[in-house]
Amino acid sequence: MRVLAAMSGGVDSAVATALAVDAGHDVTGVHLALSPDRQTLRSGARGCCSVEDAHDARRVADELGVPFYVWDLAERFTEDVVEDFVAEYAAGRTPNPCLRCNERIKFSAVLDRARALGFDAVVTGHHARLARGELRRSVDAAKDQSYVLAVLTADQLAGAVLPLGSMTKQRVREIATERGFAVATKADSHDICFIPDGDTRGFLARRLGAQPGPVVDAATGATVGEHAGAYGFTVGQRRGLGVAVGDSRPRYVLGIEPVTRTVTIGTADLAGVGEVRTARPTWTGTAPALPFAAEVQLRAHGTPVPCEVTAGDDGGLRLLLGAQQRGVAPGQSAVLYAPDAERGDLVLGQGAVLATA
Amino acid sequence: MSSSEAVYLDHAATTPMLPAVLAAMTGQLGRVGNASSLHASGRAARRVAEQSRERLAEALGARPSEVLFTGGGTESDNLAVKGLFWARRDADSHRRRIVVSPAEHHAVLDSVEWLAKHDGADVTWLPVEPTGRVTPEALHAALGTGEDVALVSVMWANNEIGTVSDLAALAGVAHDVGVPLHTDAVQAVGQVPVDFAASGVDALTMTGHKLGGPMGAGVLLLRREAECTPLLHGGGQERDVRSGTLDVAAIVGLQVATTLAVAERQERAARLAVLRDRLVAGVVAQVPDAQLNGAPLDDVVAGGPGRLPGNAHLSFPGAEGDALLMLLDARGVECSTGSACSAGVARPSHVLLATGADPDRARSSLRFSLGHTSTDADVDAVLDVIGPVVERARRAGMGRR
Repeated sequence: MRVLAAMSGGVDSAVATALAVDAGHDVTGVHLALSPDRQTLRSGARGCCSVEDAHDARRVADELGVPFYVWDLAERFTEDVVEDFVAEYAAGRTPNPCLRCNERIKFSAVLDRARALGFDAVVTGHHARLARGELRRSVDAAKDQSYVLAVLTADQLAGAVLPLGSMTKQRVREIATERGFAVATKADSHDICFIPDGDTRGFLARRLGAQPGPVVDAATGATVGEHAGAYGFTVGQRRGLGVAVGDSRPRYVLGIEPVTRTVTIGTADLAGVGEVRTARPTWTGTAPALPFAAEVQLRAHGTPVPCEVTAGDDGGLRLLLGAQQRGVAPGQSAVLYAPDAERGDLVLGQGAVLATA
Repeated sequence: MSSSEAVYLDHAATTPMLPAVLAAMTGQLGRVGNASSLHASGRAARRVAEQSRERLAEALGARPSEVLFTGGGTESDNLAVKGLFWARRDADSHRRRIVVSPAEHHAVLDSVEWLAKHDGADVTWLPVEPTGRVTPEALHAALGTGEDVALVSVMWANNEIGTVSDLAALAGVAHDVGVPLHTDAVQAVGQVPVDFAASGVDALTMTGHKLGGPMGAGVLLLRREAECTPLLHGGGQERDVRSGTLDVAAIVGLQVATTLAVAERQERAARLAVLRDRLVAGVVAQVPDAQLNGAPLDDVVAGGPGRLPGNAHLSFPGAEGDALLMLLDARGVECSTGSACSAGVARPSHVLLATGADPDRARSSLRFSLGHTSTDADVDAVLDVIGPVVERARRAGMGRR
């Protein structure tokens, strides 16, 4: 196949590209410049697509003898990922920008362009297994990224090659070392690439300004404090609430109401939910017949729980959870898996969380 | 495709080293000697360096004392722009204005912008013709009385679109109001007639690797009476304007390349123009809406070519230059988008924008530049693939809606 390898400059995409070459594909490397104001040097484990990262990617491509280009997708990324992220928080939801980037940039803008230029697929260094159109968890549970790929449709998956799903992160680093890649020991990236200082609340405050509102105790209905912006909170959040309610029992964010900017908090017994309603789902393959039993993961790195998947309103889903869950935040993706201990859990699809009960 | 099979049409970026240059350099590389040393080895090195200086001066219409060896075109541009600015301003603090074309190479543009940001320079951007040419009338209008002007910098031939300006006329206009003029002639030397003395320019940048010499070796021709403050301080090897141990092997390579390029210029230019014209005609035949950027192919300025003979710069409406480049690269044709790259990110060409082209046209351009190894087969190779490549690039669009 003629494939386009998305090379961030990190060790995963470097090894994925090398494995694509080994597999006999005709590989071209491309580094995506996603930030409108690229920094010259990388700062620690955060941030992305600095000039230094592009250099790291180019070094690997040159060692592999594959053509390498930089594609400027800053405009698309800003519009489809960063602005979406801000708008979601402004609406009281908790978005996952990595998922959005896979959905709209890597396996949409990049894949579409690649196909138009004559490539068959896009190679990435994601830790997830993809074979015969089936998307499954990585063998490395700690590094599994199937959650942020679950939004891909069958057509998108048909244009994806994920060479790393069957190996651990440790093995990826070993391969990079064996091949003498300078990025073999490069730090993993963390957090949100477009918030290099890791201060999401500060980033949102700069974008959205002060939007003070009340913090209300769910048990009493009393206003127990004030916040500077509801976007600083996520459903299920426990720390940093900035209020004292009289007793010492921990409080959790139960809900965020964007119009009145009300953040509702409550004790653990009120924080659990047994039912999740989602927007219209996407499926990685043929849409399964409802209802059916599955496991659902409600946030990145969350623990999956059994559930019954039933029809909801307006083409959405209603998920009846097998056990009460805390911290199910609207805006996050409810990813459905078919458990399969041997081959890796199969990703069925996902729906964005709209509401819980 | 391996580079040995590649169709190399990026001679304006760099051109293959001439065999005579390689021989001269390897001969020198095996010899010890610092040209500043007083003993026999030093004297031998100095003799080679000074012979090279004399032959270069002769080839370029300059005096040997006007030849300053530098580390290349970028250094020569920096030295001329900053050195002339500092010297002129220090002599008269009112002279802070730099009159410059917006279509210059970044080595000039960024030097000027650095002086504006850090050293109090005022910048007057010259209007350029739609061809990219700077006219004497435009320079005259921009200079005014010239009393507040430190220097003028206008390139002899543009590196992207190949447009040649009349430097003798521009130098005359500058001198009428007592202002020195620098020209970046990196693309012009060996391509069009360049005579330093006859042109009257005060400082001229050239470099070796654009005409078959080594990289990292360049020249600033600086008139004897021109005051220029040094950038690099040290041993003062080059007229106390530039310091650093002379790289004798590179200098002899630069000299051999330049003298050959100048001696063979007329014959080669005629040959390249024929190839270039066939390339452009063939591309336009397959892609009828392709647009030639810069001056017409047969343009004439000051009795010489108005466009570099090896330059074909075309826009392909609806296609992105970087997609075209990638598709051609995959088919073994090496060319350039001709635009400045910011860490590999394609930007619309500042040169085309300066000529008044809209950003889409500026983004959709490709530069094919022919040189001494170019053949009919190279042109055929482009014409074999250009139609489908443009069609495919148009389908690909860009990551924009």
